[in-house]
Formats: sequence, structure tokens, C-alpha cells
Amino acid sequence: MDRRTVLKGLAGVGGLAATGGLSMPALSQGAAARTLRFVPQANLANFDPIWGTQYVVRNAAALVWDTLYGLDATLQPQRQMVESEAVSDDGLVWTFRLRPGLKFHDGEPVLSKDVVASLARWSARDPMGLMIKAIQNELTAVDDRTFKWALKSPYPKMLLALGKNSTPCAFVMPERIAQTDPFKQIPEYVGSGPMKFAKGEWVPGAKAVFEKFADYTPRQEKTSWLAGGKQMLVDRIEWVVIPDPATAAAALQNGEVDWWESPITDLVPSLKKNRNINVDIADPLGNIGSFRMNHLHPPFNNVKVRRAVLAALSQEDYMRALVGDDTALWKPLPGFFTPETPLYTEEGGEILKGKRDLAMAKKLLAESGYSGQPVTCVVAQDQPITKAQGDVTADLLKQIGMNVDFVATDWGTVGSRRAQKTPPGQGGWGMFHTWHAGADCISPAAYNAIRANGDKAWFGWPTSEDVEKEVTAWFDAKNLDEEKVAVKRLNKAALEDVVYAPTGFFLSYTAWRKNVSGIAKGPLPFFWGVSKTA
Amino acid sequence: MISYILRRILSTLPVMGIVALFVFSLLYIAPGDPAAVIAGDQASPADVERIRQGLGLDRPFLVQFGTWLWHILHGDLGTSIFTNLPVASMIAQRIEPTFSLMALTLVLTILVAVPLGVVAAWKAGSWVDRTIMAFAVFAFSLPVFVVGYVLAYVFALQFEWLPVQGYTPLAAGLWPWLQNLILPALALGSVYIALIARITRASMLEVLQQDYVRTARAKGLGQRNILFVHALKNAAVPIVTVIGIGIALLIGGAVVTESVFAIPGLGRLTIDAILRRDYPVIQGIVLLFSFLYVLVNLMVDVTYTLVDPRIRY
Repeated sequence: MDRRTVLKGLAGVGGLAATGGLSMPALSQGAAARTLRFVPQANLANFDPIWGTQYVVRNAAALVWDTLYGLDATLQPQRQMVESEAVSDDGLVWTFRLRPGLKFHDGEPVLSKDVVASLARWSARDPMGLMIKAIQNELTAVDDRTFKWALKSPYPKMLLALGKNSTPCAFVMPERIAQTDPFKQIPEYVGSGPMKFAKGEWVPGAKAVFEKFADYTPRQEKTSWLAGGKQMLVDRIEWVVIPDPATAAAALQNGEVDWWESPITDLVPSLKKNRNINVDIADPLGNIGSFRMNHLHPPFNNVKVRRAVLAALSQEDYMRALVGDDTALWKPLPGFFTPETPLYTEEGGEILKGKRDLAMAKKLLAESGYSGQPVTCVVAQDQPITKAQGDVTADLLKQIGMNVDFVATDWGTVGSRRAQKTPPGQGGWGMFHTWHAGADCISPAAYNAIRANGDKAWFGWPTSEDVEKEVTAWFDAKNLDEEKVAVKRLNKAALEDVVYAPTGFFLSYTAWRKNVSGIAKGPLPFFWGVSKTA
Repeated sequence: MISYILRRILSTLPVMGIVALFVFSLLYIAPGDPAAVIAGDQASPADVERIRQGLGLDRPFLVQFGTWLWHILHGDLGTSIFTNLPVASMIAQRIEPTFSLMALTLVLTILVAVPLGVVAAWKAGSWVDRTIMAFAVFAFSLPVFVVGYVLAYVFALQFEWLPVQGYTPLAAGLWPWLQNLILPALALGSVYIALIARITRASMLEVLQQDYVRTARAKGLGQRNILFVHALKNAAVPIVTVIGIGIALLIGGAVVTESVFAIPGLGRLTIDAILRRDYPVIQGIVLLFSFLYVLVNLMVDVTYTLVDPRIRY
């Protein structure tokens, strides 16, 4: 082959490309407007919302699977797949009737037997589900559209349990799929939600595609979070996984994607300057930063040491490390419950308020008998939220005279290490950092982190009879006033025992192009009601 | 030659076996637990343990290794812990973007670096040589991701000539395929271009001082003919060696480049699998890469016989 032959070949290729002979057919304006390209907060690596309970799985699952009830923006569970419900006078028997005409994506009708199998699987994994299962007499299908849940004792929070948006949600699957062991992954992704999962186009770690389900019958009520009519205004939703935030920002500015769920704070100013982009708070319920201390081993098995750390902790330091100088993005949190929600309380929160008293913290530490043993502080460096908090904590502990063994690692390692109950020097840990979605902290319902039931508690395994007593009181509460009383006492008891250390309340942004409209603020991205112009 | 190639291919089997054992052992002793990642942040310790049991991760090392090896010997790379998809099909999904990126980078590198190195050697000591070598040092010093960001900022965001991210299969058209790969290939190739240009220059400098080059000049052969036909062929052995070794550099660079440009290739699959501790996927990819590396070395050895007739196997 000589130079001329090569040049001729290149010219030919160029000509073909220029005339469209080799290029991809361009999407028409209408088709482009019917496809929404969305950058999720994380990679959708698996797709079983009961087996894997990451938020990103829940968010995708909400498109494909429907729930019996859905939480609305006022935090109340509303009917979704259910047409009506009745509870016996003694509160022991719940009877539910499904809406007519519900269909799965494979064309089969949604029947009571599907719901029964789905609830059985869900209740083996969900904290509220486990509570119901513990008092269950029977869960049975009465007829094709009616099912009954008979209990040994009343469970007033039944509708909340079935409609809550914390993971795992009570999604309804076909019986054959729902019969899968809850600790094993389902083999099919067939739901009755407004969108179908295009499994053939799924490239885990890169792309997930959802197509409009033509036979979906939305409710007639106005949409509100997971409640109301889930009207899909686009035909296709493409989840484009972009791991690098700078690339995601550039893709949004370039019009290659339409909506970026979680832009990092550092990049928000440049997005705000772009006239084609809207930036707003994603979820008013925000997040609660936290670190957990290991209640099983010294030094944090001593409540005085835990209180010493809490007394010195400056939430402002943590929040500024997390969200920078944007004061609209954070607020102090002298408690455990989400601000501006009905159960929010600061009862017992004095220890977190006012000027931080390092002298007092040192005094408490001295009284505790702390003798300088190392505190194994395990910090995931690949998560900006944990890394920032970990750096602040290390400095805080040093300031009050503690000996810090700072273990910089990744989230996968933290995930396994925090499950170790051995002493810190033998593969265990002293403290780790995390955060909780505000939506999970509006009540004790799905709030694992606040439980203090020893071995059954979340990592750190706190034990506090007072805390557990108030959790039970909340579950038994008949009305909001009773709930408020229980939560006030719970907040106080949890702070006295330092179940965990709240580092503040913070919000995050979401960003989308201006040709997209209908994006609602909430604890997960809601795609119903979202439309796009070309 | 054929028997040599067959022997070399057969010799890859024990190499692959050692790699398999090494990778499996390394992952077994590495901290981290896929069950904890699957269960999510709110899961209880008991849930995590049940998921571990469900995945068979609680079984002894030798049982796990034996099962995995048995499947490998039957041509089954296993199933991803997370996606429940066969590892082979996940790799198949990702192989085209990575190979496209590597191939384009390699072509770009050879087309740019070799002429640059030849010209630098020809003009040794002049401003041309110094400029080319200064460029080489600069390109070699810049991390791939920095070059990537700068290219994306200039050519995608400012000029809007090329997309920032993604990949379009070759089947969708040559230009759409190229559009997504030009910037990543330039970013990934920058270090490689610098390396090959320097090696080419050094090798050419040695050859250009040989008697036969002086003879060729004395006979009145044109400069281009001397440089690219006679001298370059004799300088090619070290260049081919470095190009071969550089494949490993490309594999490592592809991991970063694919993350920066959101290309759904094997590099990103590797990173995702490592972060999630998706053991079967990590093992499958490492086996594939090690096999490729052995294969590339074989190709390099065979190429020697083409550029230097004195080499025979």
C-alpha cells in the first residue's frame, strides 16, 4: 500500500462520514424530547431492591415496581396499588383490596398472591417488616384482589411500613419472583410500575434504560413523591453512570445529559453560572452526618469518654468541611431527628449547643480513666462525606488528648471492618463515619442507627434500655402527640448515652438543564411528571 | 516458527495458573466484603452475614478456590456477585470500547511518536530536537487525567467540537465512533507518544552513526529514504520492544482514561469491581489482561523476525 492509496482511502471514509453514510442516524427532535438522560448518584450495580438496599437500587426500583402505599410530601402514606383497606376494631386484622386493572410488565394481572409473596420476602429483610412478622398470625390471599394480614397484637404503623420510602421498600413483584430467598438475588426484573427495565440494554456500571409501560394505569390524584398519579411524560429514561464529577458537570453543560442527581458542592458555582442549567436543593429532608463509636470496647465502652467527645464536637467544623462556606446548605443539629419535620426535637441537646468547651471535655476524659490507648478511627477516603468528617474527628480527638490510630481506607473495607466485634487491635475498630438520609430520620420507624438493642443494634452495638423503651413507645403511640412525647424522651436518652454522634444536618443540590421541567424536591428522584423539550 | 509460536502459547498455561492462584489469594486476604456493600449502609450485621452465606463467601479458601478453578477449566469465568450476569458476558460488553481506545491510541502514538523521534534524531542538537524533547518531557510528566480534563475543557466545553463522555460502537458509524474516542486517545496517548519518541530518537541516533548510513549518503540517497527506509528499520527492535511493554502502560492508563471520559470499558469495570469487591469479575479481568500481555509479548518476539532477519526461532 502506498501513500496515495492511503490518502484515497481516508478521503473516501471522510466523504462517507460527511454524507452520513457511516454515521449514526440522528434522533429526531421529538425522539430526543421523549428520552430523559439522567446521571444517578451511584452505579446501578444490581437490581433487587430487597436483596440490595442501596439508595440507588431503591431509586431505580421505584420506576419498575409499584408499592401498595406511597409516602407523600407531607410524610403521610397514601394509597397507591391499594383501592381500600380496613382494620378490625381490635387492630389485629388488616384487610386490603387492590385497585382493578393492575398489570405486570409481562402482561399478567397483579393478584393478591403476588402481594402476599412480595410482603413475605420484604418482611424478612425490613426492620418494620420484621416487627410485623414477629407478631404475624397469617398473611393470606382472600381472593384475587383481596388479602389479609392477621396479627397477634396491634401494629398502628402498618400503612407507614407499607408506604415508607426508606430501604427496603415494600415493592410488589410477581409471585414466582418474590418467592426467591430474600438473601439471594432475583433472576428477573418484572414489575407493575410506570416504567419497564430494558435488561438487554443494561451495561452495569455504565447505562441502565427504562421504557414507558403502556399498560400502566396511574391514579387520578395529583402526584406527590411516591403517592398520587405517576404520569410518565417521557418514553424512555437513560441512566448514564458518570463516575467522575467533573465529567458529569461538563456533560450537563454540554447538553449530553439532562439531569444530574447529585452534583458535588465544589462544582455547583460553575453550574449556577451556566444559563442553560437550573440548580436547586435536591431534598429538603437532607442528611445527617454522623460518626459511631464502638460501645463494646475501650475507650468508647465508657459513656464518659463518649460524652467527652460530644462535648468537644463542633458541628460547624464538620459542616464547613462537608459543604464549604454555603451556609444555606447546613444547620446545627442538637439531636437525632430531621429538622422541620413533625417529630423534630432538641430535647437533651444542650451538650451539642453553644461554645465548645475543650477543658470540660478533657476533664470528662480524665474522669473516665482514659489512659491513652489508641482510638482506631476507620475513615473511607473514597467518599467525600466520610473523608471530610474523618479529618475533622482526628483533629478533635487529638485536641482533647486522645491517641488517634487513623486508618485511611476505602468504603468497601469500612463496610466489612465495621461488622467486626473483635477489639480494635485485633481487626476491630473504635469509630467510623457515615451519614443518614434525613428521610430515614423523620421517626424511629426505619431509623436503625438510633436503636440501642445491643447485639441486634446497628454497628457499634449500643445498649440502652431507656432508648429502646421510647422506641417501643413511639411504635405504640396512637396519635402525633403521643409520638412527639416518645421521641422527645428518646432524643434525650440517646444523647445521654451517646448512641452515636450527630455531626450536623446538611443539604445537597441537584442540577438539570432548563429544557427539563417538573423536577420535584424529595428524598429520591421522582421521574413522573418530568417532561423535556427538544 | 510455527512450533515456536505453539510452544509459547502452551507456555502461557502455567503462567495463567500462577496468575490465577496469585489473584485469588490476594483477593481472599484483602480487606473488604461484597456482602457489606450489597446489604447497604442501613443493613444489620446479621443481614450482612446471611448475604455472605448466600454468596458462599463463608466457605474455606481451598473450597472456594477449587470451585472457581473447576469452573475456569470448563470455560466458565463465573457470575458477578452484584449483577448476577455471567462475567464472560460482562467482559464481552466492555471489550469493544477498551480495545477501540487502545487501538486508536496505539495508531495515533506510532503515527506521531515515531516520526517525531526520527526527526529529533536527524536534527540532533538543533532547536527542532530540543523542542521535540521538551514536548516529550512535558507530556511524560503530565498525568493522564490532567491531560484529559484540559482536552475536555478546551475541545468539548469551549469549542463544542467533541463530546465529553461516553462511547458509540463502531457499528453505529465511523465518525460517531471516532468522536467519542479522539479526546480519550489523545489523553491516553500523550505519555506513550513521549516515551516512544524518546526511544526512537535514542535508537535512531545510534543507527545514524553507522558506516552504512554514511555510505548511503555518499551514494546520494535522499534523506527521507535513509531515515525511514534504511535507518528506521535497523532501529526498530528497541522501538518495537517498548511499544510492546507499553501495552501494559496502556491498560493501566485505560483505567484512568475510561473513568475521566466515562467510557464503559474494561478499565472502568475493573475499578467498579475492585471497589465493590466483585471477586469473580476482578479475577476474570485480571486473567484476560494477563493472557493479553503474554500474547502481546509473543507478538513482539515474532515482529523481531520481520524487522531483523538475523533473528530466527
